[in-house]
Amino acid sequence: MNPASTPSDVTIDIRGMRKIYRVGDETVRALDGVDLTIRNNEFVAIMGASGSGKSTLMNILGCLDQPTTGRYVLNGKPTHKMGMSRLARVRNEEIGFIFQSFELLSRASSLKNVMLPMLYSRRHLFSARRRAKRALDLVGLADRMGHRPNQLSGGQRQRVAIARALVNEPSILLADEPTGNLDSKTTVEIIELFRRLHRQGQTIVIVTHEEDVAGHAERIVRLRDGKVISDAATDEDPIHRDWVRRMAEGRGSMVEVTDAEHELNAMADANKPGPEVRRGWFGKKRPAEGSTVLPGGDDESGAV
Amino acid sequence: MGAVVRLLWQTVFLAIGQVWANKVRAVLTALGIIIGVASVISVISFLNAGRDWMLDQIDSQVGSRTMWIWGDVPDAQRGVMSWADVRVNTTEARLLLERAPSIEDLTPMCNRSWEIGYGKETVRGASVRGVWASWHDVESRQVVLGRPLSRIDNEERRHVCLINEVAIEELKLDVDPVGDYLLINGRRFLIIGVLETKESGGIFGGGQPRTELYIPFNTHKMMDPYSGTWFQANMVDAEQADETQAEVRFVLRTHRGLSGDDEDTFEMEIVASAIDFFNNFAMVITGGATVVVAISLFVGGIGIMNIMLVSVSERTREIGLRKAVGAQPPVVLMQFLVEAVVLCVIGGFVGLAFAFVLTLIPKAVPDFPLDEVPLSAVAVAIGMGFSALVGVVFGILPAIKAARLNPIDALRHE
Repeated sequence: MNPASTPSDVTIDIRGMRKIYRVGDETVRALDGVDLTIRNNEFVAIMGASGSGKSTLMNILGCLDQPTTGRYVLNGKPTHKMGMSRLARVRNEEIGFIFQSFELLSRASSLKNVMLPMLYSRRHLFSARRRAKRALDLVGLADRMGHRPNQLSGGQRQRVAIARALVNEPSILLADEPTGNLDSKTTVEIIELFRRLHRQGQTIVIVTHEEDVAGHAERIVRLRDGKVISDAATDEDPIHRDWVRRMAEGRGSMVEVTDAEHELNAMADANKPGPEVRRGWFGKKRPAEGSTVLPGGDDESGAV
Repeated sequence: MGAVVRLLWQTVFLAIGQVWANKVRAVLTALGIIIGVASVISVISFLNAGRDWMLDQIDSQVGSRTMWIWGDVPDAQRGVMSWADVRVNTTEARLLLERAPSIEDLTPMCNRSWEIGYGKETVRGASVRGVWASWHDVESRQVVLGRPLSRIDNEERRHVCLINEVAIEELKLDVDPVGDYLLINGRRFLIIGVLETKESGGIFGGGQPRTELYIPFNTHKMMDPYSGTWFQANMVDAEQADETQAEVRFVLRTHRGLSGDDEDTFEMEIVASAIDFFNNFAMVITGGATVVVAISLFVGGIGIMNIMLVSVSERTREIGLRKAVGAQPPVVLMQFLVEAVVLCVIGGFVGLAFAFVLTLIPKAVPDFPLDEVPLSAVAVAIGMGFSALVGVVFGILPAIKAARLNPIDALRHE
């Protein structure tokens, strides 16, 4: 499945974006002047601590929300000028959204879940089922089409969600903490799937706070207090390089990894001590960064 | 367009799935609708069956095409006009037969109570009616013995009479009295026939059968020229009652030389007015039933709205997801509206089933006058239409609520 060919190389173009909430008398600047350009066929990780504005940015990127001021041009379409209905159409045709908690319809089979976006589409009227099957095949779930979400493992559920995101051939795939609810083994499977899609030409933007997930992206954008504090290729991102070094040194040691985490958080958010609690799988023994991943084949990796 | 149809189609299936997943809840919710639709359909069906039954009764008694015409002094002219001036006469009877094609048959009639004697037996106050030979057709009463009246009997003012079976009993006549003579007001009359007895009962009650005698109209007039006179007629078509009345009015007004502003000096009555009476009665019942139905549909509608609000809030995340993958607000609105309508229509079908069971009750009850109560198609249409309408009216608010949900908030909803 190839992404829709774009007239220009630039898929996402954000200029001077601000998002301001008013909570009572207080004004919260969730995004405070963000400029961001994402080109076709990039794989970008957006990182940041809680409250850094990365979720707000993600919602605006996914056309679920609109900026207070600033421009957001998606694939040549000025979405900051659009109303609710036109935004819904953009979401349907341009964006594949993947959620942390999968958001599958529990009563419907995998196939029906994947067909859902085409229900609201003017295209693919008569090919919906065929396309959904193809998308499920692409994520390696061809033999699970009739299963309901509660009959699938967590990794399989997320792959159904990915198939659903891909089925309308979106120009960008947005993933909001896609591995947040998964164990280490399944996380690797999902990440590998993202890499494969990226190799096939899919533009991917992923929000995560896990450095090793971000390590698979080509580029890392770091946010703090609603501003972009760092935007560099993964290999050149200082925090990530530091993390890789520490991981290599402190492999297997729970204490060191945890220490590294604390320091990383302190670096990312100098004024705010007290980092988020990390997932347990950091403490597990695992191969060095990026060396090997399990193939995306479908085996029972345990229910979530 | 194709997309809309497909979406609607899938939405209907989705809604049926929703209802099926919560069967008990759906039935409890739709109870008001079920009761409302069941009452609409059964009340209308019973009223229809009752009217048909009554028309049958009228037909078997007098015929629904029967019409009566008589002279009448208008209220305003009571002081200057006498009853004799407006009395209908045989000239007018012939005129009507000739010029009013919507009148199929007609007989003038007059009536008096006279003393009847046979041997030592006397009956006082028996009804003696003067009629034309056409009376046999107008009232469709034939003779079981002897012969009917003829035109010649009338023209020659013969002293002949027809009697009924009660008269045979009361006057202690022969089992076959044809050829015997009896006395009417002291005059000797030849009995030429015995009339069939009409089955009485039904809505007219019948009461105690009485001695009845029928003699030629002219003979009757000769004995008493001042007795009250009227026409009894058969219309060609009972459905055309209004047109028939207009025709009769025109002929009589023309004949009597009444000009534009003059009031009619005659009156007419049709059996159809008995149907009017029934319709009034049916209207009262329908009015009462409408109140009951309106209340139950309203309560049912509130129930639907309540359950749809619950449904919207318990499926907030689902709505958020649908919006996130591109469902436009009107589409979400339609989805929940269709669900409410489907819920109501399913309730309507259950109500229809209940109504059908209710209409089977008369068969099971012995001696109930109505045997068959067919479901009225109009009632079914009204019932189903109203249940769908309730779905739309009470489903719109929850649907709007769903359509207005902000996708981000909806997805964050727990």
